[in-house]
Amino acid sequence: MLGWINIISAWAVPAMIAFIPLYAFMKKVPVYESFVEGAKDGFSTAIGIIPHLVGMMVAISVFRASGALEFFVGWMGPWLEKLQVPAEILPLGILRPLTGTGSLAFTTDLIKTYGPDSMIGRIASTIQGSTDTTLYVLTVYFGAVGIRNGRYALKVGLFSDFVGFVAAIGVCLLIFS
Amino acid sequence: MVNKIWLGLIIIGFAFAAIKGDINLVTQAAFEGAATGVTVCFGLISVLVFWMGMMRMAEDAGLVKAISILLGPVVRYLFPDVPKNHPAMGYILSNMSANLLGLGNAATPMGIRAMQELQELNPDKETASAAMCTLLALNTASITLIPTTLIAIRLNFGSANAAEIVGSTLLATAIATTAAVAADRWYRNRTFRRTPTPPAPAATITLKR
Repeated sequence: MLGWINIISAWAVPAMIAFIPLYAFMKKVPVYESFVEGAKDGFSTAIGIIPHLVGMMVAISVFRASGALEFFVGWMGPWLEKLQVPAEILPLGILRPLTGTGSLAFTTDLIKTYGPDSMIGRIASTIQGSTDTTLYVLTVYFGAVGIRNGRYALKVGLFSDFVGFVAAIGVCLLIFS
Repeated sequence: MVNKIWLGLIIIGFAFAAIKGDINLVTQAAFEGAATGVTVCFGLISVLVFWMGMMRMAEDAGLVKAISILLGPVVRYLFPDVPKNHPAMGYILSNMSANLLGLGNAATPMGIRAMQELQELNPDKETASAAMCTLLALNTASITLIPTTLIAIRLNFGSANAAEIVGSTLLATAIATTAAVAADRWYRNRTFRRTPTPPAPAATITLKR
């Protein structure tokens, strides 16, 4: 099963890169011109996201560098230990929705410190793998089309991050112990 | 809510740096963050330019429409207000499949294309439509079959069974996605029942055709 999944994921992108132009060519699309025409939009879209992403990254960076993040983590740790959740995991729960690179770095650090096959290593891997960076997704997707009012999207995203965090811990404690 | 979180992060950060007596941290971190933002966007340029070009070809060839017809039912349940066979459907599907396969950097451009198509249907260009919120919900939870990056990292640190987290990740991500879809539905019903969208007779006529 896993072997198949790995093969599919290795082949998916290369196959698309070959198949799409070939199929378009057979449908008599001027492939190169069509590609360039579409690619132009990609540039302006990426540039348009810059202000949104810079704004978000500044806030997150200040919050993290000032030690505020650490403080909240230290404050909540003892509460979690009562629930048999390793406190080392908690920062990840807070980092995950905020920064993708930050939480990936933190996960890597946990795996390095406690070993990939420790409970902490497994839980961290599961958390990191099971949700995406909510704030980044929101900023990029809404930023790309100029939406200012995201309605309830942020609440839904953070709620599912929380559920995913709890589920990852629960599932790992269940499967691996 | 974004406004409050954004302001909160900055002000709390400022307060902590002030208490710590190292106020320089704020300036330093702010510009570091700004630089990261730009770097990430520059990284996105190549990916977006490439995939948007590929997707234009796919669209011109009628592929996007074909996908949306083929795999429509699931997406139609999640996005009831997007017209059948609308190109947005095709992009939403491509975005979901890329997420499933753990192809993060292909998923984002497809998701953005889907957003652009949804924006065309959106009556208020500055406020997210219900369909946009659902797409965001799916992407923040991002159901994943194979967490490729993590398997690689675990291998790097000498895991005896690097792929053992596939099962736990799949279960956790399925639970998170279910929660996201359910919460999205709940908010959607609450928000859009009170302010019914104005009827669009033109759209109904084209649908019947």
